[in-house]
Amino acid sequence: MKSLSVRNLNVWFGEDRNRVDAVRAASFDVPSGGSFGLVGESGSGKSTILRAITGLVPTWSGEIEIDGAHVAHKRGREFYKLVQMVFQDPYASLHPRHSVDHVLSETLHLHGFQDIDTRVNNLLDDVGLGRSFRFRYPHQLSGGQRQRVAIARALAPEPEILLLDEPTSALDVSVQAEILNLLSDLRAEHKLTFVMVSHDLSVVGHMCDSVAVMRDGEIVEILSVEKMRRMEPDSAYTKHLLDVSLNYASAQA
Amino acid sequence: MNLLDVEDLWVKFPTNTGVFDAVRGISFSLGRERLGIVGESGSGKSMTGRAILKLIRPPGWIEAKRIDLQGQPLLNASEKEMRSVRGSRISMVMQDPKFSLNPVMTVGDQIIEAYRLHEKATHRTARTRAIEMLEAVSIRDPERVMRAYPHEVSGGMGQRIMIAMMMIPNPEILIADEPTSALDVSVQGQVLNIMDRLVQDRGMGLIFISHDLNLVAEFCDRVLIMYAGRIVEVCDADKLHDASHPYTQGLLNSLPRLDAPKTRLEALVRDPEWRQQPSVSGLL
Repeated sequence: MKSLSVRNLNVWFGEDRNRVDAVRAASFDVPSGGSFGLVGESGSGKSTILRAITGLVPTWSGEIEIDGAHVAHKRGREFYKLVQMVFQDPYASLHPRHSVDHVLSETLHLHGFQDIDTRVNNLLDDVGLGRSFRFRYPHQLSGGQRQRVAIARALAPEPEILLLDEPTSALDVSVQAEILNLLSDLRAEHKLTFVMVSHDLSVVGHMCDSVAVMRDGEIVEILSVEKMRRMEPDSAYTKHLLDVSLNYASAQA
Repeated sequence: MNLLDVEDLWVKFPTNTGVFDAVRGISFSLGRERLGIVGESGSGKSMTGRAILKLIRPPGWIEAKRIDLQGQPLLNASEKEMRSVRGSRISMVMQDPKFSLNPVMTVGDQIIEAYRLHEKATHRTARTRAIEMLEAVSIRDPERVMRAYPHEVSGGMGQRIMIAMMMIPNPEILIADEPTSALDVSVQGQVLNIMDRLVQDRGMGLIFISHDLNLVAEFCDRVLIMYAGRIVEVCDADKLHDASHPYTQGLLNSLPRLDAPKTRLEALVRDPEWRQQPSVSGLL
């Protein structure tokens, strides 16, 4: 089991007058087996942090450590054996002309596995799809099924840290419940560490132990989910976010 | 008079295994109100929105008893007549700003182009208006956003840009297809407030298509709940939480709640009989 530590992370895009500092001096720790949430408005830099961790943004400075080991700007295969990411939009993250089998076996091949056939079947079983889905193409799958394939692909190298970028925001509420249940099960089964980005506070509240609230590229506050449920945040901004999201939830009672 | 009356609307697509009915004989009308349409993906809610504008592409087709815009029949209108309806009388905000904005034009140029298509104006006034409109939809740094390309703005911003563009010709009906599902709660509130204000001030009718039940319950006046191409329930939005249909209840129960944590969420169990039940009328 690995833990993730981010110190003083800065991420920027563009230069001169178009320069945007997307993340400024973000620091947080995720214990092994923990589940950490990042919330904030769009453009607050929460997804950018995940993209910086996984190496999709070259322009960052600061310190990213996995179990005490420093992560360099160029990442090797060992890194991706430990850290995998699930993206927001399952419609965009799967290649339209690659079958499920192709997607999963290519990933397994790249990570140097030999018993690809059995592993593909196991992965499909793991995410609750079943083997009949193995030779389907993305357009033959529903949104929820696609997200299951994306999760299976992320699980293929047997990672220990899973970065989840709004894994259910493109899905229906009923399917969201299924995917969130699946993620909870997988986390317990494979002893995974989660870092989850979501704009939905109730989803983060359901999935995570502690939460970082972000605004304009900075982490405003890190608080435990219990504290969030008791509505006792320290910063006014977190309070504001809780208020707006509970406004919708209160109509439910 | 109602802004819009739709009676016995069907949307059909031919497939290898016969004709697939995406929408199966629904009827509803729209007054000067906020009408919500909720349901899962595949329930036909987006197809309903598109059918009103006759935006169903062949080989798909529409059948209906009538589609009337303030008494004017749209069902047999020609493409040319429809073009004068689309945008200027009925406007539509689509689900994903990534696909509805032109990726190779700056945001500013697109808004200016839209403005000048509907109104005679110089480039300079159009530019001033475009900046005003971006401010009206609470975009903080409009000058920078004007120079930006769509991939350089966030989803929330993209959607607000779309709403700004759709509001230019002052339409009578706005069809918003999941306008806020790509946005986070605080921005969602802002976008909804902007739409609400426009609906109130201009006496517009709003068709709000969404899968977010809480949002619809809070924001709309009346709600149609769709399942498998039919309307299973029609109710007042504030009474949505007392809805009687098991499908509506199932959707409500599958939501995680901040104030009531549980270890597992309830997954919706679908009853095949729901498909067979007759469509409920949403006519006024």
